[in-house]
Amino acid sequence: MRPDAPRGTAAMGASQTRNEHKYHDLADKSGFSLEQIENLYKRFQQLSDNEETISREQLDSIPSLANNPIKKQIVEAFFDKRNQHHNEVGSCGEIGFEQFLMVMSHFRPPSLKTTEEEKETMRKVKLRFLFNMHDTDNDGIITLVEYRKVVEELLSKSGNIEQEAAKAIADAAMLEVASTNVPHMAPDDFYEGITFEHFEQILKGLEMESRMHIRFLDVDTPTLRCGKSTS
Amino acid sequence: MDSSITRRTGVLLIIFTFSSLLRDSRGDVPTIQTGGIVTILPPVNPDNAPQAYTDAVQEKMPVFTMNYQRIQIPFEITLWVLLASFAKIGFHVYHKITIWVPESCLLISIGLIVGGIMYSVHEEPPAVLSRNVFFLYMLPPIVLDSGYFMPTRPFFENIGTVLWFAVVGTLWNSIGIGISLFAICQIEAFGLQDINLQENLLFATIISAVDPVAVLSVFEDTSVNEQLYIVVFGECLFNDAVTVVMYNLFNFVALMPEVEPVDVFLGVGRVFVVGLGGMGFGVLFGFVAAFTTRFTFKVQEIEPLFIFMYSYLAYLVAELFNISSIMAIVTCALTMKYYVEENVSQHSCTTIRRVVKLLSSISETLIFFFLGVVTITTDHEWNWSYILFTLLFAFVWRGVLVLTQIINPFRTIQFNFKDQFGLAYSGLRGAISFALAFTLPENIVRKQLFVTATIAIILFTVFLQGISIRPLIEFINVRRTNRNLDTINVEIHCRLMEHTVAGIEDLCGQWSHFYWKDKFMKFNHKILRKILIRDNRAESSIVALYKRLELQNAMEILGNVSEDISTTPSIVSLYEEKKSSAKPKKTFLATDVKNMHDMLSKNMYKIRQRTVSYTNKHALPNDSHSREILMRRHTSIRCSLRPGSFQSSVVPKSHKYFSLPAGKSLDVKFPPGGKSCTDDLETMSEVVYHPRPSRFGRLSRSSSRAMMPLRRLNTLTEAPSVNMLDERTREERSKSGRGTSRKNSSSSDSHIAAPHRPFHSYVENDSSSAYNIRSGHREVEEEQQQPPPPTRAVTPRNNAAQNPLLRRPQWNPKK
Repeated sequence: MRPDAPRGTAAMGASQTRNEHKYHDLADKSGFSLEQIENLYKRFQQLSDNEETISREQLDSIPSLANNPIKKQIVEAFFDKRNQHHNEVGSCGEIGFEQFLMVMSHFRPPSLKTTEEEKETMRKVKLRFLFNMHDTDNDGIITLVEYRKVVEELLSKSGNIEQEAAKAIADAAMLEVASTNVPHMAPDDFYEGITFEHFEQILKGLEMESRMHIRFLDVDTPTLRCGKSTS
Repeated sequence: MDSSITRRTGVLLIIFTFSSLLRDSRGDVPTIQTGGIVTILPPVNPDNAPQAYTDAVQEKMPVFTMNYQRIQIPFEITLWVLLASFAKIGFHVYHKITIWVPESCLLISIGLIVGGIMYSVHEEPPAVLSRNVFFLYMLPPIVLDSGYFMPTRPFFENIGTVLWFAVVGTLWNSIGIGISLFAICQIEAFGLQDINLQENLLFATIISAVDPVAVLSVFEDTSVNEQLYIVVFGECLFNDAVTVVMYNLFNFVALMPEVEPVDVFLGVGRVFVVGLGGMGFGVLFGFVAAFTTRFTFKVQEIEPLFIFMYSYLAYLVAELFNISSIMAIVTCALTMKYYVEENVSQHSCTTIRRVVKLLSSISETLIFFFLGVVTITTDHEWNWSYILFTLLFAFVWRGVLVLTQIINPFRTIQFNFKDQFGLAYSGLRGAISFALAFTLPENIVRKQLFVTATIAIILFTVFLQGISIRPLIEFINVRRTNRNLDTINVEIHCRLMEHTVAGIEDLCGQWSHFYWKDKFMKFNHKILRKILIRDNRAESSIVALYKRLELQNAMEILGNVSEDISTTPSIVSLYEEKKSSAKPKKTFLATDVKNMHDMLSKNMYKIRQRTVSYTNKHALPNDSHSREILMRRHTSIRCSLRPGSFQSSVVPKSHKYFSLPAGKSLDVKFPPGGKSCTDDLETMSEVVYHPRPSRFGRLSRSSSRAMMPLRRLNTLTEAPSVNMLDERTREERSKSGRGTSRKNSSSSDSHIAAPHRPFHSYVENDSSSAYNIRSGHREVEEEQQQPPPPTRAVTPRNNAAQNPLLRRPQWNPKK
């Protein structure tokens, strides 16, 4: 990847003006600043080998992601159309920079200026993102099977946890959700899974907006990037 | 002679009653104190008493002798500690006082009163607080406490800001105040010209040691946001370190005849050496301590001792080399805590926490108390201008506004104005400032003025700010964090978010502390844990929480012995602990408790219990603890009443399914070896006390005895004639009556039916047999469409589970 990096920058310099306009659009859409977009664009090109789009395999092969227990879910989230705010479902094979950016925009930190309402929407968007990570079959419900899978994967990297334990935990968690949300379940009822409303309910007290965020850098940090591209 | 002791004790009691009845009129004072105060700390009168005896018995063998001198010092210290502790009890007689008035205020008040009494009878305060006593005995417990209970995760997430405020903030404070005061001293009208710059700086350093214990407990109560909390916590901790370093430095400088520029640089260099050196020693001793506890499981009775000895050793060695001993002990505690708590037994862990709290609260109580006494009994040099300007500058140079402006751009979650106000207002001065001022060397000319000014500023901040901070925080409505989210879902999602964020960071090539955390965790797993932890089973925080919840619940079910549970570190403050200890508790034999631990932790009670307790949001979580047990019992009793019904119809209609029906298809699909084998195993384990391989590593250690404590279930009265027919109605009733307290537990709870029991059987059954869930994805989906047919697959488990319960009567005699 390393040798490509300079070429990418040069190419971008040439089409600077065209990009400028495009960036403004993207900035409006995603809420990032122009500098951040530019940074992310560089990163995008690095990951995509200067192609217009990026494929699953390319994301899968990022070495630093190899140790992430939920790597699969994370990568999948990028190709999930639900995360693009277009009211589409399903997943796409490749994503362009815009889609990449839109997924990233879920992780913008709140600033001092964000109002309470904006925070509330941010929170909802973030919750939706997490929910979509669980809900792989896209039926609006996290079933026990789906939930178990995530828990198992979460625990998979932390040593020799038996599968049983992971399962028991998922079951317990599910039960917790069920009882929080459907307190008066009739004995014959069958709790199919967590809907988004229930999901919101169980994570009500959790400070999403201040936890699930990334500091997107405004300035270019060549050192980090170099270290990255060689790794 | 005997009477002297009894009198002394009597006096103590009188003082106690007096102090606890603060609301009483002050008119009582003279009558009480004339009687006894003279004797509480009598001038040592060695000749008097023994003389009388020797006269009486002449040369014969003395039948009764007394040697007060010999025991004087420990005796007096004991009395002081006891008096202060009594005062603490007194505060809680009327519990509302402690909510609105911080404890430090009350202690100082008591100190002031006792001081007043002593003053009126011209009694000297005991000269216990010397420099050595303070630095070698009083300070270590206080800092060990804050180091040990430092909430690690938020601390490392905010380490930059914490250090910024602690180090730069303190320097800013002390230099700012020092120079401003020096400027004031130049004004002739105040008559302060003899205080030079070094002394001013020394004084400024002393009063820039903030001690917001009172504030922290307020913050905890109102659950302000984590960032604010941890910054104040960290500030108080590291600020002590910085202050003491600076204090020693300036103490040295103040005594130098003249200061050359090169000394300033040497001084700065020294600060770094001292700070980093302290850290180094701390980490070193922390690891050694952790390593030692690897081998202490055979000597559990002295396990906690290692922790204290190593921390103290770190402190002393750091003192030996004149590097920051506070840094040493704090880093030592931080380093070892994580490993130690995994190595030592549950009880040792509790003991450690308790004793750390105990020691620090003794120290602090004594210092505050003493502060009160000293305020009255010593001579003061009152200089209005100096003291007023000190107050003013201390407030102005608190400097949070400026410092946050600098740090804010580097933070992702920035401090808003309210947070900044909270930060600025939490600048209470406390015990450390006083002790530092009081132990100033005598050759500083205006020592008395410094002591007076320090006391003034402490009293001012503790009383005024300490009392007003709670209403203010509530009034301005600082952003809050809900810190009581101990649910599995929250924990899972926290982890999920952490990993997601780390992953996204990797993707966009921009790393923050998540990245470093990841790296450290890897290092920790690969190397540190292997070396330092005896029973190395890597454990995710989710599993840890899960276990803790279970355990906690299990313990709560059996009589609020929740005190013993502290498997994972949490933000435990004195205050919280106090609250929990206010709960009534039954006493069990230690072995009983241990057995209960083992058995109940094995059986996942908490989770199932939660389903009950959360059904009514307004109910307290401990409303219905014993229900789970009853659920099992009901089912078992029910089954036993209808023998022969196991085969088909036992799975009651009240079966509740979660996503999957009762594990049936999986059992059917992977039956032959696996299922029967596990079932047998379980059956055996439950009936014959066979040690069954537990799901949860550590807890399995003594699972062979797991079933023994079942006899404890006797605490719940038996409901012998449970009958299937009115099951439904009872269930309904139980639902409506959920709000009722569980305090009248046994009898009333036994009416409550067991709505969730079937799920339990399902979980166990399923988890034991459905290990192929991953590969069986397709099957699972199929299965979802199937109706949940009651099958034999569940019943054997039922059978197994109930047997021990049915056997219970046989165990009765053992009790």
